[in-house]
Amino acid sequence: MNQQSIDNNSLFAENLSCFRNEQLLFKEINFNLSSGEVLQIEGTNGSGKTSLLRILCGLAIPEEGKVSWNNQDIQDTRSQYLQDMHYIGHANGIKAELTPIENLVVAQSLTNPIGDCSCRDALAQMEIEELADVPVRKLSSGQRRRVALSRLLISEARLWLVDEPFTSLDDGGRLLVKKMFETHASAGGLAVIVTHDPLELPNIPFKKITFN
Amino acid sequence: MHTNPLYNVFTTMLKRDLFFGMRRSSELANSLIFFLIVVTMFPFVLGTEPALLRDIYPGVIWVAALLSVTMSLDRMFNSDFEDGTLEQMLLSQHPTTFIVMAKVVAHWLLTGVPLIIASMFLGVIFGLSYESLQAILVTLLLGTPVLSLVGSAATALTVGLRGGAMLLPLIILPLYIPLLIFSVAAVNNASQGLGFTGEIYFISAILVLTITLAPFATVLSLRIRFG
Repeated sequence: MNQQSIDNNSLFAENLSCFRNEQLLFKEINFNLSSGEVLQIEGTNGSGKTSLLRILCGLAIPEEGKVSWNNQDIQDTRSQYLQDMHYIGHANGIKAELTPIENLVVAQSLTNPIGDCSCRDALAQMEIEELADVPVRKLSSGQRRRVALSRLLISEARLWLVDEPFTSLDDGGRLLVKKMFETHASAGGLAVIVTHDPLELPNIPFKKITFN
Repeated sequence: MHTNPLYNVFTTMLKRDLFFGMRRSSELANSLIFFLIVVTMFPFVLGTEPALLRDIYPGVIWVAALLSVTMSLDRMFNSDFEDGTLEQMLLSQHPTTFIVMAKVVAHWLLTGVPLIIASMFLGVIFGLSYESLQAILVTLLLGTPVLSLVGSAATALTVGLRGGAMLLPLIILPLYIPLLIFSVAAVNNASQGLGFTGEIYFISAILVLTITLAPFATVLSLRIRFG
């Protein structure tokens, strides 16, 4: 990790509200997350979890309220925020025609200014190293999810925003991902996880927002 | 690897789109075959009088090129939209305009360049003079990048829309008309032994204008679609 890990970062959501199709999805969402903490957003299907995450990553703009990163509105300091944040959406964001390694090289060029290629290491950490050169088209959906999540490992982002990380993962995969979040948090990183599964990360400060 | 990160992101995205296009070569072949079929339809309908074919060839080639490019534009962003890679591009810390430029260049290499080569072959078969072939080559070289550039902005507006495939030609074909007029005029002049530098200047101006503005328009359209 670089020297940023000693810095103290914070993500602050203030009075967020969001409408979809003229209907109120949620309002007055407030939370404060600082270095080393993980936030789980849980709730039923269609309750607006993903919309909240899209607002947090800056893809969508909230109807009201604002999101601040290190006390600055993310819309004002967009380029800095994009450096510090990595988002894994509901869709995997990997191309089926390319191999996992090719996908990661592309992802790395999009995130890191100049990266030393740790793509194979990332795949090894997700225990899919042997699939590195197989087109993603031939992988199972759990394996694809692992490829997508290994993007987090090659980015040096302080803040991880992850939508349903455990979808289609087996027990081993779930354990790996939980360990990944714990390592990230104990190194001073922040994470927001959207999932409807009960999630327990006993070793790190853990917050929860429940949508109904 | 200590290169400029912007250069790095440009080349990586370009390579990615080229690889990706090559691995879906049937789609590439489709738009080229479509182009060839449209052009070869005309002799069946209008007769095989060589003088007539020579006269209509520039117009036919350009209209077929517009249609074939319009068909292929769908590819530029839609598959990236569906698998979520487009979101990743918009959330990149590098300027999205560079990423868009890489995608446009890749699109041109995969659709524009094959069209140019095919037009040369067809021109020889249709019995065009050397001067006309020269004019067709120059207008296509300058004009097909415009098709990809303007196309990227319009495609970005319709990405992920239901019925976007129908909407796209309606948005885009009118925008291609100025290019069409100057290109066909250039080839017609050339076939009569006249100079066509004036038209070339106009087409070049259109190209410069679209290179400077289209990437920004594309990025803005993508933001609108996502915001």
